[in-house]
Amino acid sequence: MSEILIYSDNDGTALELVSAGKEFAKELGATVSAALLGDGAAGKANDYFSYGADKVYVSEHPALGDFYVGAYAEGLRQIAESGDVEFLLIGSTKRGKELAGRVAQKLSAGAITDANAMRVRDGNLEADRYSYGGNTVASQVVTTPKKVISVMPKTFELGPSEAKQGDVVNVDLDLEDPPVKVVERRDKAGDEVNLEEAEILVCVGRGVQAQEDLAMIEELAALLGAEIGCTKTPASDWEWFSEERMVGLSGKKCKPSLYISVGISGQIQHTVGIVDSKIIVTINKDENAPIFNLTDYGIVGDYADVVPELSEKLKSLR
Amino acid sequence: MDVIVCMKQIPDLQQIRIKERKPILDNVPLVWGDLDKNAMEEASKIKEAVEDVKVTVVALGSDKLQQGILEPLAMGADEAVLLTDPAFAGSDSMGTAKVLAKAIEKTGSYDLIILGEGSTDNYSGVVASALAELLNLPEITYVRELEVENGKIKAVRNMEESFEVMEADLPALVTVAQEINEPRLPKFMAIRKAGAKPRHEWGPDDLGLAADEVGQNALNVETLSNLAPEQDRKNIILKGDLAERIDALVDALTKEGVLGR
Repeated sequence: MSEILIYSDNDGTALELVSAGKEFAKELGATVSAALLGDGAAGKANDYFSYGADKVYVSEHPALGDFYVGAYAEGLRQIAESGDVEFLLIGSTKRGKELAGRVAQKLSAGAITDANAMRVRDGNLEADRYSYGGNTVASQVVTTPKKVISVMPKTFELGPSEAKQGDVVNVDLDLEDPPVKVVERRDKAGDEVNLEEAEILVCVGRGVQAQEDLAMIEELAALLGAEIGCTKTPASDWEWFSEERMVGLSGKKCKPSLYISVGISGQIQHTVGIVDSKIIVTINKDENAPIFNLTDYGIVGDYADVVPELSEKLKSLR
Repeated sequence: MDVIVCMKQIPDLQQIRIKERKPILDNVPLVWGDLDKNAMEEASKIKEAVEDVKVTVVALGSDKLQQGILEPLAMGADEAVLLTDPAFAGSDSMGTAKVLAKAIEKTGSYDLIILGEGSTDNYSGVVASALAELLNLPEITYVRELEVENGKIKAVRNMEESFEVMEADLPALVTVAQEINEPRLPKFMAIRKAGAKPRHEWGPDDLGLAADEVGQNALNVETLSNLAPEQDRKNIILKGDLAERIDALVDALTKEGVLGR
């Protein structure tokens, strides 16, 4: 029986994949397993079982202490080759993405990374990912006997959990000491925003030309209970915001109920991060801005007029 | 020390038009990906900082590379390897890694291999890790600061929750993030001189690869469709004076159930 093996360095993402894997496994007639690697791995087994894993492979091998991609790839190779693993689903975090290519090479497998939707097709898993810088969505399948797919966090919702038991396989991995050492970790300064979880998101683009105008946008966001995000320029070029607030192809993929763009033209590199919003509102003075094609409710106008007026209206409703 | 930079030409993403959901690539010029230029720039900086460095750019693309390759050569590469054989066209990520690995081995010597953290068009990030595995090299990805000293590298990588400072002995492979540097714009004279720098063109035979081991004959990922996503938006532009438009907006958002919770 074929097996879907799941690994992510982020347990939340791994459990989303276990939840989804359980549904795919039903259609494919497969089983779902997960690899729990590194310090503290053994203690996680019950969580994984409760979301649907039939089996977990556990290793706390010393070479898996700090995440080094080569060691984790080799560990996953040994696990995947010991069983009937056909699909290896990896959470597409930064570590997951680098892992996908390395373990795929070890398994002589094809790899698809950053999948943002998946479905069963003809006994295989078909995955969608952005292509041509977000202009298109490619639907792809891996055609090698073993298949590696890394899946974006939040692609799937966490399913229901129930108390359930499964097999714990303590694997005796044969791993060398990593040739790359982590000598220091510097925490990122204070911006612990989690835009992917935001219910309401206000995003700032290049059209907002004065940093002091952020005050009015912050006021609006506070009234809405919204997080503030941005396109690439205000973060990387102007450094008004931390990278954690950058939304798009090289930033966060968000799916808020309400997304409001302020001074954003709608370049594809940004809009791929917001296409899953339930409602898109645009405030832009250029009626020809491409973002209006992607808009539910648009106001053509200068944000410096529109934003304060909207804030006043919201205050009057309190 | 031998530094290898891997680069790939991609269609200019700003110039791709969509017609009936299909991307129109005719007449779209080929350009270097931004991250590939960051990789090239970092190699040039190492060459300026460390004695006795030779930089070889290994580039995959069409015959248009003959012109395009002048840019990395003018940015500081000493030599170029062009992988323009039509047999390589349409390679997927694992196929690309295989061809690059063979070409890098054929250059004879490599201490540091630098790539962008992903290609600017597909951003799959697979090639570098697969290449590191094929060449059995340590790898450090997402690098934003890089130091090379005494046969070692020290790199700061940009992870979700922290910056990690990593060390490895050479030879090694790194991928660079956009913030690592600002790629230089080569001067006209440098571009003219670049034409005289050595370049090699290697096809499958030169790399010891059979025709069925490369390009579209060796795909292990099949693309079933590649279309622009369908948009299903209301496209309502609110009319009236500003107060009316704001009222209409708040009304609409309240009815949608996305306000006031």
